[in-house]
Amino acid sequence: MIRIANGQGFWGDWLEAPVRLVEQGPIDYLVLDYLAEVTMSILQKQRKADPQLGYARDFPPLVARLERLLRERNVKVIANAGGVNPIACAREIRRIAPTLKVSVVLGDDVFARLDDFLAAGHEMRNIDTGAPLSTIRERIQSANAYLGAFPLAEALATGADIVVTGRCADAALSLAPMIHRFGWKAGEWNRLASGIVAGHIVECGAQTTGGNCQVDWQSIPDLANIGYPIIEAEPDGTFTITKHPGTGGRITSDVIKEQLLYEVGDPKNYLTPDCAADFTTIRLKDCGPDRVRVSGVEGRERPEMLKLSISYSDGWKSIGTLVYSAPEAFEKAQAADRIVRQRLEQLGLRFDEICTQFFGVNACHGPIAVPNPSPPEVQLRIGVRGPDRNAVDRFTRELIPLVLSGPPTGTGYGEGRPPVREIVAYWPTLIPRELISAKVEVVE
Amino acid sequence: MKIPLSRIAHGRSGDKGDICNVGIIAYDPRHYPLLIREVTAERVKTFFDEFVLGSVERYELPNLGALNFLLYKALDGGGTLSLRIDAQGKTMSAALLAMEIDVSEAELAG
Repeated sequence: MIRIANGQGFWGDWLEAPVRLVEQGPIDYLVLDYLAEVTMSILQKQRKADPQLGYARDFPPLVARLERLLRERNVKVIANAGGVNPIACAREIRRIAPTLKVSVVLGDDVFARLDDFLAAGHEMRNIDTGAPLSTIRERIQSANAYLGAFPLAEALATGADIVVTGRCADAALSLAPMIHRFGWKAGEWNRLASGIVAGHIVECGAQTTGGNCQVDWQSIPDLANIGYPIIEAEPDGTFTITKHPGTGGRITSDVIKEQLLYEVGDPKNYLTPDCAADFTTIRLKDCGPDRVRVSGVEGRERPEMLKLSISYSDGWKSIGTLVYSAPEAFEKAQAADRIVRQRLEQLGLRFDEICTQFFGVNACHGPIAVPNPSPPEVQLRIGVRGPDRNAVDRFTRELIPLVLSGPPTGTGYGEGRPPVREIVAYWPTLIPRELISAKVEVVE
Repeated sequence: MKIPLSRIAHGRSGDKGDICNVGIIAYDPRHYPLLIREVTAERVKTFFDEFVLGSVERYELPNLGALNFLLYKALDGGGTLSLRIDAQGKTMSAALLAMEIDVSEAELAG
């Protein structure tokens, strides 16, 4: 049995979680997921400004903080912290934690190869809209293929203490040590699917140990010290989800079910670079406090196409707010919204969308929100987006004047004008897997 | 009698671009057939009204006593494009759990 822990569900997750996982009990592998879909474009911009950047900058200091403990307890770390510059990330780790061996997985970054792909007839149509990539070619900021777990396992086989990757399937981070230690091969679809299900269950960190959980949430103990999830993986593919004793949170099959359904499409066909997993075959069994046993997972052959994640510039947006107090808080906020819209129209400004939401009334659930007849205060929240940066900038100047020139009791403008942000949109597409070849390098 | 779905089920929701996925899980597996009967794709589409512009698909997971819904064009463009506060659909499961379903006492008792 090997223990694989997830200590980071996204870049920005709790900094103490990975440290506690190493300190508070036995684990063999520490897995950290840093890359959301839009993260790559941010990192691409950072690399453009400085060729030594473009990776998750929180990661090397974390490794340095854990350097001695990782060695003493023989814990290996696998992280997609490499972003668009895994080599620079690895070099920084070597610089500040020189006693650790670092390997990187390369080959996901295809930004420089897109024109070759297009010239070879790969249209890279958007999975959701069907549009060909050529329609946004000049606005592309990053392009990365989702790698699977086998190159990561190969990196572990170099004897690395730290494996740094760029874009790979989130669940592959956890499957990699199983492939490495149990010798699983392509073709063993049930076992690979089992590892993918394990990876899916833990890839959002504490969301599988009682965080963001609707089941009797007020009774879940000590969320301030919540334990992050640990997979106890067996060579036959079965596994148990648990956490360190004495940590906060709760693991039951009900909690696991919530996470199993998180961000899933067709549950019979959960596609990853390494296999297709059938979530309708999963069997869960509570077997002791904070322990759930998972078995029965069936898988099928891996897909011929890999997912490609492309980010591109898609205009500008800004979102501003004002607060109105009772009495008639909602009516005042609605009146202010009408005035802003009228002024934007009179200025002749054009936007792709103007979106108004009322905090305290309907911001989360729109027209199906439970009615709240007389809220003590309401926050007006207006957002605009469009291709013209100047128009969006002009909008940001139209909210604060209402404090003096609109309905009474307007406040909450202390932060000043809202910022104008570039919209970096996401273009999901597919590419034949034979075009993508991963490569492992030991970084000295 | 009419009860909110939250009496017999819990859930979790998230995003894939402009598609919101909502997982609905029966607390008691014996209530799974009630989910199948009461929480159809059509009812979910009607419930969300103009908040979900596209279609609704339903997938069944009898092994977990759960249903998975895909709500298309549900997040105002989704991701970084969306101007909504809940652009990732995190609260959509809580919204759906407020939907009323029609069940008998005997069915509730299982």
